[in-house]
Amino acid sequence: MKILVCISKTPDTTAKIAFTDNNTKFNEAGVQFIINPYDEWYALVRALELKETLGATVHLVTAGGADTEPIIRKALALGGDEAFRINTDSQDSFYIASQIADHARKQGYDLIFTGKETIDYNGAAIGGMVAELLDLPFVSIAAKFELNGTEATIHREIEGGEEIVKVTLPVVVSCQKGMAEQRIPGMRGIMAARTKPLAVVEPVATDALTSVTSFELPPAKAGVKLISPDNVEELVKLLHEEAKVI
Amino acid sequence: MSVLIFADQAHGKIKKVAFEAIQYGAKVAQQLGVTATALVLGAVDNAELEALGNYGATKVLHAADARLNEVEGAVFTKIIAAAADQEAAQVVIFPHNFDGKAVAPRVAARLKAGFVSGAVSLPDTSNGFVVKKSVFSGKAFANVNITSPKKVIAVMPNTFALTPTDAKAAVTAFSPAINDADFRVKVSSVETVSGEVPLTEAEIVVSGGRGLKGPENWGIVEDLAKTLGAATACSRPVADTGWRPHHEHVGQTGLTVRPNLYIAIGISGAIQHLAGVNGSKVIVVINKDPEAPFFKAADYGIVGDAFEVVPRLTAALKQIK
Repeated sequence: MKILVCISKTPDTTAKIAFTDNNTKFNEAGVQFIINPYDEWYALVRALELKETLGATVHLVTAGGADTEPIIRKALALGGDEAFRINTDSQDSFYIASQIADHARKQGYDLIFTGKETIDYNGAAIGGMVAELLDLPFVSIAAKFELNGTEATIHREIEGGEEIVKVTLPVVVSCQKGMAEQRIPGMRGIMAARTKPLAVVEPVATDALTSVTSFELPPAKAGVKLISPDNVEELVKLLHEEAKVI
Repeated sequence: MSVLIFADQAHGKIKKVAFEAIQYGAKVAQQLGVTATALVLGAVDNAELEALGNYGATKVLHAADARLNEVEGAVFTKIIAAAADQEAAQVVIFPHNFDGKAVAPRVAARLKAGFVSGAVSLPDTSNGFVVKKSVFSGKAFANVNITSPKKVIAVMPNTFALTPTDAKAAVTAFSPAINDADFRVKVSSVETVSGEVPLTEAEIVVSGGRGLKGPENWGIVEDLAKTLGAATACSRPVADTGWRPHHEHVGQTGLTVRPNLYIAIGISGAIQHLAGVNGSKVIVVINKDPEAPFFKAADYGIVGDAFEVVPRLTAALKQIK
């Protein structure tokens, strides 16, 4: 079995969000970058568990410049076998999905995992697009994935509940909490990752269909209005008359 | 020419997020000088379909095929693309909910349409076609220009207030060619947990954290929620320790909610929790620790013991109801 895990470089969850160049670029100064948590904790670790229990080769793919290599090495240290970096700075989801689909077509995978979304762009787009471009079934926002032969049983989240679906491989799955638990790479993994193959792939010709023109921060909150715990009636009044939410 | 809106339904009822998407799509149609067509897949009553005119759809395409009662992303994509073709739709609108996330990106790839998900503004067409979207888990916005001729937009739930009219839409049957073999993802069972207000659609959410000390103390949260007609939620540690079920967990790794009112009880307000709730219009924080970071993100706060304050608040609310 061959599994592809799509990973993305994102700022750390607690990074300060600020912009430069007239609000057109994310300010990377002092920011630590990580593997997008949904990609790492859920997609990658579940793929590694499948490798350990059923036997599989786990490939990693990311789109980005040379500055994404530290996060790729970390994913290799966790147990990925081989990595591919598509050398592009494009941020457009169709452009990136087209690159991943092209890579997947050449390699042929039984299973493609992505995170449910990235914590920076929050697009939730890549998995569905890759599936469409490859004409594969897609199961979004999966919280559990079990495999029996070539039939997968997947729990996916829906409004106010959960749906259990069955699908025959190959399939694209976007992963969220519940799939697996976060792992820390061990020293042996870190050493081994240094020599694992990391191929740089030049992008195929495709159009980007969107571009970010600027960023903005939400207006600052006016500040909290504190109400005495002995006067909850005042809170009720404010919610009713001032905020008009009850 | 038209704007096509995918109007999501469950159990024969059109979802509130679909009304929001239709209203959004109708406004886009107005901007472009074209009409708004809603597409409904699966069994839904005719009266409910006509009522989509209330939100600005002039026409409703309805594929009543019972195989479409549940979402199969690839099948839905094929149908939506066929409808977009028939209606000469340049713009296709989705709700950015679970179903939207399963289908919208597929449709975008199939139509080779630029895709913006989590839209929080109507397009600005003064210089291109620029849509504002939520990024960095609610901590910022990006203005995204869609440069392709076709466009797909997924609208952030609970962002646009509904302003229904009495208008009715004309309902037309739509019979796309689909085969049983197209259904590759098969639903084997569905577990809906509460039967009450789904958390992501709730207008008011009452949420509890570790400050409540144990699952046996959740009665005060539930009483307050019941009084307000609210959904209940919790923070990550509460779900992780099993005090409350995982589907109630809001935050970075859990659900994102954007209610009109979010009441946080005994939650400190870690940045990961805020990422899931910072789109709420009004935030009330009740915490006995005046240094809790959540107060910085709150509109109203009470520094006090939840076990005293919350029952008092419930009683005060009952007075005005």
